[in-house]
Parts: sequence; C-alpha cells; structure tokens
Amino acid sequence: MDYLLAGISVGGQYALIAIGYTMVYGILRLINFAHGDIFMVAGLIMVYATTAMPLYLSIPFVLLVTVIIGVTIERVAYKPLRSAPRMSVMISAIGVSYTLQNIALYATGGLAKVYPTIPFLSNTVKIFGATTKWVTVITPVLTIALVLGLVAIIKFTKIGIAMRAVSKDFETSQLMGVKINRVISMTFVIGSFLAAVGSILYFSNYPSVVPTSGSMPGLKSFVAAVFGGIGSIPGAVVGAFIIGICENLIRAVSIGGVSLTPFSDAFTFALLIVILCVKPSGLFGEKVTDKV
Amino acid sequence: MKILSPADKKKNTVCNLIMFAALIAVLIYIDATSLSVDMIVKVLQKGCVYAIVVVSMNLLNGFTGLFSLGQAGFMLIGAYMYSVFSVDNASREMVYSFSGKPVINFQLPIIVAIILAGLAAALFSFLIGLPVLKLKSDYLAIATLGFAEILRTIIQWDKFGRVTNGSFPISQLNTFKARLADTAFAKMSFVIPFFIVAVICIGIITLMIHSTYGRAFKAIRDDEVAAEAMGINLAKHKMISFVTSSFFAGIGGALYAVFVGSTNAAPFTSALTYEILLIVVIGGIGSITGSILASFLYIASQEWWLRGLDSGTFMGITSPIFRNGFRLVVFSVIIMIFVLFFRNGIMGDREFSSLGIYRAIKNLPGKIAGKFKKSKAEVQE
Repeated sequence: MDYLLAGISVGGQYALIAIGYTMVYGILRLINFAHGDIFMVAGLIMVYATTAMPLYLSIPFVLLVTVIIGVTIERVAYKPLRSAPRMSVMISAIGVSYTLQNIALYATGGLAKVYPTIPFLSNTVKIFGATTKWVTVITPVLTIALVLGLVAIIKFTKIGIAMRAVSKDFETSQLMGVKINRVISMTFVIGSFLAAVGSILYFSNYPSVVPTSGSMPGLKSFVAAVFGGIGSIPGAVVGAFIIGICENLIRAVSIGGVSLTPFSDAFTFALLIVILCVKPSGLFGEKVTDKV
Repeated sequence: MKILSPADKKKNTVCNLIMFAALIAVLIYIDATSLSVDMIVKVLQKGCVYAIVVVSMNLLNGFTGLFSLGQAGFMLIGAYMYSVFSVDNASREMVYSFSGKPVINFQLPIIVAIILAGLAAALFSFLIGLPVLKLKSDYLAIATLGFAEILRTIIQWDKFGRVTNGSFPISQLNTFKARLADTAFAKMSFVIPFFIVAVICIGIITLMIHSTYGRAFKAIRDDEVAAEAMGINLAKHKMISFVTSSFFAGIGGALYAVFVGSTNAAPFTSALTYEILLIVVIGGIGSITGSILASFLYIASQEWWLRGLDSGTFMGITSPIFRNGFRLVVFSVIIMIFVLFFRNGIMGDREFSSLGIYRAIKNLPGKIAGKFKKSKAEVQE
C-alpha cells in the first residue's frame, strides 16, 4: 500500500513535468532537454526564496520566476533557431541544460541545499493504514485538477485553439494568421508553471537539491511523455502515472530472495522499450507514415 | 570526397608537410619550455579518447542519420570490459576487497583487452539493435538512451560484484605509463599510444565512410525511402553502422579507463552522451576532421585554457567572482554562443585539409579587397 501511494504521488509529479515536454514537442517538434533543469532551478529558487521571504510569498514568487526563466530561455536559445534544422535546436536545448546546471553549480558552490519544509505538505497523515506525508495525498488531486484546467484552456480558449492548430501544422496555421510566437511563449509559460508546481511537490519528499537532481526526474518524465505518445497530453499524464506506480511497485517485489529495488530506474526504461517495440509511437501517439 | 587533380595533389602534399612540420615545431617548443606539460599531456590524451567516441557518434548521427543516444552505455561496457581484464595482479585482492573473491584472475595485454572491449560493446549493440533500430528518430534516441541507463544499473548491481566490483571503482589498472616512462620525450610520450589508437580507429571509420557502405549510409541519411528503392538493405546497413559505431565507442571507453586509471559507472551517464553529441555538432555533423578538431578544442578549453577562471586570476585579471565553478559557467556560455551563431559547426559537412587553408589564406587579400570595393560602391550609391 505504501508503495502504491508513493507511486501515485510520484506519478503525479512526473505528469506535471511530462506535460511540459509533450507540449513543446507537439508544437516545436523539439525535445526540450533543458526542462528537467528548469525543474531543478525551480527547486533551488525555492530554497533561496524561503530564506528571504515568508512562505505564502515565496511559492508564488517561485512560480513566477520559473515561468520567466522558461520564456527567456525560449526567446534566447530557441527562437533564433526557428528556421534551423531540428538537430541545431536540440543541441541548443542540451546547451541550455548544461548552462543551467553549471550556473546552479556555481551558485550553490557544489553543496547540497536543504529544501525548506512546507508546514502543511510535510505533515504526516494516515490513510488505509499507511503513514505518509500530506504531499503524497495532495499531489494526484492537484495534478488532476491542473490537467483538467489545462485541457479546458486548450479546448475552449482562443489561445488553446491556436495551440492545437500549430501542433497540427506549423506553416499552415502561420498562414492562417496565428501568432506563432505568442503561442510558443504560452506553451513555455504553461510548461514551466507546471514544472515549478511539480518541483515544489517533488522536493518536499526529498531533503535537498543539488544541480544534477533535475536530470533523473526530467529523464523519467520524458520517458513518460514518450510512453504515452509524445505530443499527446492525456498520453503524458497516463504514461507518467503508469511509470510512477510501476517503478515504486517494483521496489516491493523480490524474486527468489533477490530484491529488485536497484532496478526501479532500469525497469522504467525497460518498460518504455517494450512499449516502443510493440507500439512504436507510444500509447496515444499519432501514427506517422513516410511520404516520398 | 573530391578527387584532386595532379597539380593539386602535389600542392596538397606540400601543404600537409608544412602543417606537420609546424605541429612538430610546436611540440618541440612546448617540450623545451615545459610549459605545464602535465596539462598538455592530459588534454591531448583526453582529446584522443573523445575524438574516437565523437567520430564514432558522427558515423551514426552524421553519416547514417540514426539519432542514437546510447554512446555512453557502449563506452561503459568498453571501460568495464577493459578494466576487468586489466587489474594489476598484485593488488587485485585489495581492489575487490568489498565484493568478495574476483571471478577473473588473470591479466590480459593492454591491446588485447582494448580490442575485447570493442567487441563486447559491438556484441551488446547488436543485441540492442535488433529490436531498437526499427524505431524512428526521437523514439530511437530515447530507446538507446534507456538501454544505456539500464546497462549502468546492471553493471552496478552488487550480485555482479565479483566481476564488476559493484558500485565501487575498479582501480589499479594496467596503463601505458609504466612502460614508456623512460623513453625520450619523457612525458610527451604518454600521448603516443593514445594517438596511435585514435589514428587507427578514426582511419578505419574514414575508410568505411569512403567505401560502398559509407555511400549507402549517406543515402539512408538523405532519404530512407529512396535508398530502399535503390536496393539498399535498410536493416542491414543500419545495423552495420550501429555495431561499428558501438565498437569504436567501446574502444573509446576502454581508452578512457586507461586515461583515468580506474573505472566507475558514475561518469557514464546520459550527460556524457549529451556532451559527445554537443562536440559532434560543434565540429559539424558529417565532418570527421571537424569532429576531431572540436574534441581537442573542447577538451582544451574545458580543462586547460579557462582554468584560471576557477583559481582567481584569468589573463591577468583578478576578481572575486572568479571562484570554483565559474570556469564551467563561462564555458557553457561560449558553447551557447557557438550553437546559436555557428549552427553548422566549425567545419559544416566539409573536411579539413591543409590545401583548403592554403587557399583560404591565398584568397584572403582578395576577399578583403572585395569587401572594401563593395563598401566603396555602396558609399558611391
């Protein structure tokens, strides 16, 4: 039961990050390698923010700053390369990720920063006989609420319609008068916002933040996005929950007295490879055929 | 590959000789002034290691158009394969003291172990390639990345501790150093074996690219469907490219172990693959000489030229912001500038040749004059 709860919670956090990956991919066809690091930077900003201001101010502050960072990165590193081949943009993303990590390393001096305890989230609670923190319970609820909100935005608002148009066909929608740059910025706003929320929830479960702590959750969320079919938001959410639950349940399994705990990360990737072999474009992905 | 006319060939040879002489002169100068020789040796060694891996990745990404991110995983296999067979006999018990009695109780000659490392990586890549190579672009990338991460976990598993030493490093490796320390050019000679291995590996890859296989690879990169229609067996050629690339990545990994002197799974993360991909792009996708040039420049500026930024004084400027880690910040900003403004890399898809440089220098006055004329013409308008 413990494992299942932890899995659902981690799955929710992955879902929040995975949405950022999948939306950017849907619109720009870009694997945003820097997304995991934006997530880490949000964690670090939280650490610094809580030392300077009270909690009820620092949370909105973190959300705001992360969004600004996300949009700035898009403006500086991706926008000039809009007409360049896909590989260049991807390399730019890798460069940004490298830069963020190095800046974080410089700022922290290489020391692990202790993540602040958020009073309500860190309190313990008992459900179904399992003791856990409140954050575990809140995460899935908050995730689903945010995802529903996001779906509403995409379904019903003007910018949402524009987003769908751009992800269907970049050039044609531009010809139809969709303001591409606004749509792309909006994508990064949403992606970074969700990453910041995810970071607050994720790091509440961990004692500290280091410059590389974004890479593993980032990678796994990306796996979740691919798992669900990259470009599809429901796919990313479902994929993230499946991966979160599986990697925690595997910790409880032991075969012939050999614990499988060390393989929880490897299992995630194995699952991905199996899915890709059976269904090459993920669970909810669109099938693309090559045209001559 | 352009075919040179006889006159150009002669010129090319002369230019090559001049470049070579210049290189030797620089090396002798460095040896004479012994200007931080240790650092140069380190940079050249690491540069050779990276050059092999970067060129092998370029074969896959640049020439065959397969976007694979498994390079670190194959380096890991290579490094471990080499290390397991190269622990110093006398200190083996001590190295494995946390993991129990080592399974492999003998030591192989360095060259044999390095080749074995390449073969092991090639074998794994064949097994991985069977299911994975059917995937397209980004899906292929994430699947190979996933395999690399899985390999990393498996190698660190404590049940394999008697072979791989679990998550503890395998140290006390057999390296080239002990044998060559007493030759002439004392310290610089440490570089020679690395250099030889790099030249052989890159030479083989270059030959391959210029063979029929290489042309088939380029055809696949440019248009898969058309290549298939021309009778190229896609699955077979993709597999050949993948296995060859992994073979040399394995050798690169083994050489990395030789360079460091001990092996640990920690450095072989996906970050290493990203770094290598970065160098491939900086050098120019589809340019072998570009890859080599970029690897050396990358390593030299990362490890050596910017060193002063960490220790407080850089190019005579002292500032309190120059503290630990600042070097990497500056370095990553330089990389970003490079990526944003030189999107085709140093060489694009052209190859470096001394004839090309000669021509560029010869044409330089003309170009500058041309610029002036143009600006004059604009003024007149």
